[in-house]
Amino acid sequence: MTTEIAPSAPAAPAGAGKAGAKAGSTLGRRREVGLLSSLGHIALAVWAILVIAPLLWTILASFKSNTEIFLGNPFALPKEFGFGSYARAWSEAHVGRYFLNSVFVVSLSTAGTMLFGAMAAYVLARYPFPGNRVIYYLFVSGLAFPVFLALVPLFLVVNNLGLLNTYTGLILVYIAYSLPFTVFFLAAFFKTLPQSVAEAAMIDGASHTRLFFQIMVPMARPGLVSIAIFNIIGQWNQYLLPVALMQGQGADAKWVLTQGIASISTSAGYEADWAALFAALTLSILPMIIVYAVFQRQIQSGLTSGAVK
Amino acid sequence: MRHGRYPFIVGFLAIPVAIYVTFVIGPYAQAFYLATTNWRGVSANPKFVGLENFERLLSDDIFWKAIRHHVVLLLAMPLLTIAIALFFAFMLNVGGGSRGGVMTGVRGSKFYRVVFFFPQVLAVVIVGVIFSRVYAPDDSGLLNGALGLFGADPVLFMANPRVALWSIVGVLVWQAVGFYVVLFSAGMASVPRDIYEAATIDGAGRSAMFFRITLPLLWDTLQVAWVYLGIAAFDAFAIVQVLSVDQGGPDGATTVLGMEIYRNAFSYSQFGYASAMGVALFFLTITFAALTLRVSRRDTIEL
Repeated sequence: MTTEIAPSAPAAPAGAGKAGAKAGSTLGRRREVGLLSSLGHIALAVWAILVIAPLLWTILASFKSNTEIFLGNPFALPKEFGFGSYARAWSEAHVGRYFLNSVFVVSLSTAGTMLFGAMAAYVLARYPFPGNRVIYYLFVSGLAFPVFLALVPLFLVVNNLGLLNTYTGLILVYIAYSLPFTVFFLAAFFKTLPQSVAEAAMIDGASHTRLFFQIMVPMARPGLVSIAIFNIIGQWNQYLLPVALMQGQGADAKWVLTQGIASISTSAGYEADWAALFAALTLSILPMIIVYAVFQRQIQSGLTSGAVK
Repeated sequence: MRHGRYPFIVGFLAIPVAIYVTFVIGPYAQAFYLATTNWRGVSANPKFVGLENFERLLSDDIFWKAIRHHVVLLLAMPLLTIAIALFFAFMLNVGGGSRGGVMTGVRGSKFYRVVFFFPQVLAVVIVGVIFSRVYAPDDSGLLNGALGLFGADPVLFMANPRVALWSIVGVLVWQAVGFYVVLFSAGMASVPRDIYEAATIDGAGRSAMFFRITLPLLWDTLQVAWVYLGIAAFDAFAIVQVLSVDQGGPDGATTVLGMEIYRNAFSYSQFGYASAMGVALFFLTITFAALTLRVSRRDTIEL
């Protein structure tokens, strides 16, 4: 690999003396390159191990007994692959319920975010009217505020509306806090769509609403997909909002997965059922690994879409 | 064309704006007002106390502790993450040398990129709970188990106040690096190949290429990365709540503003005081973002 740079160097069109000096320094550089690249290889491999090890260890530990976890070698394979811990995590620790709650909340909130976000972004991007910029900046300004600033009043607002500990409240709040970025991103995207197609459709007698749903949305698909992935992962991983809004007596039946795992982690300490905790963790990691393995490319571009402008 | 334009605009904007104003703008505006009251949620009407909450804030030890932790996070987390991610991104994109005039990554680049990015997909809470076991203070923890194999004494990652915050920095960096590897890779891919070609012809080594070509051309991306990581450093609530001893302990050694806001609001019902902390956090975040964009402003290199 190191030799690939070298051959082109002497071929450089340069004066004879210069070429000689260059050949000398190339040798030194080649050594430098060799050292750098082997160090680099080691560093890459080490980081890969650092990333994989905790996850693999978690999955392995979910099959172990408490004795194995505490007294055995942490790197040992489990003695037998029992699924008892999974049964306990699923039913007694309610991971199954939390998981389904998360699926329910996130499917509705992402659908709502996409629908309302796209509608607002589309109008703000393509229909000039008095107050357009004001509303646009109202949405975008939401990006500058930390959610913690709103935490107390948000709790009160949701409480006053009688939406505390309800899915409706949580879903509406998820949508509201996803709108700034969604509108910001999609407005930029809708701006780039060609005007000629829209004009042709209008001449053919399409209404504004039909133009949006049947022509603009399909054309904006790549942008919509990126931002949908961004929102799904963001809302799935949300912790602060559910913890603030789904609390108090009887709320635990409606907890989402992140809340549930945090609570299992606390109670695992009292009940000393670490295997069930590891099983619960595995149950929440595995779907992510599967989804990530399938949609790896889309997820990477979706999540980084906010930063690459 | 003009027919039905305004009904359409209103129809499309009404619901999104209503949801947004109710749950985002409204609360943000109220926060500034609540911060000047002593409301504890019990009395019907909050009482106006002016800047009393802020005075109290300035003499609150735990507030200053949290600020100090944010400063540590603000310096250590972006610095470590960006340095590691830059190095890896360079190895994965340019480290393999040129092949037919195109700079390529080292062998296995694709695999590394996929693996490194994965933690980003996981919820911070899940990561926090995993690391609460990885950092377990006895041999049952992954790290202390590994140290035990070498006969080393167990490290009290979360219980030792001098180590705890750094353990948290470690987790945050662990999770973030992959995201920035991908981000920087995208930036590096957009560097025109003839620049690297010309550098290769001039006999530039890989480190020269990195410092003279990649880094300057990546400046904008780096700036974005720093702002993102900085904003993340002002958060850190989820990881502290899940991972640290006593939610921000031991003895406040890992607490952050988000943690204190949450505690004051939902454990002590000090709504006014919690809002004042929120206002302080807001001004800190804004100041940081503005400063970063200002200080790091450089002429963009036109290609």
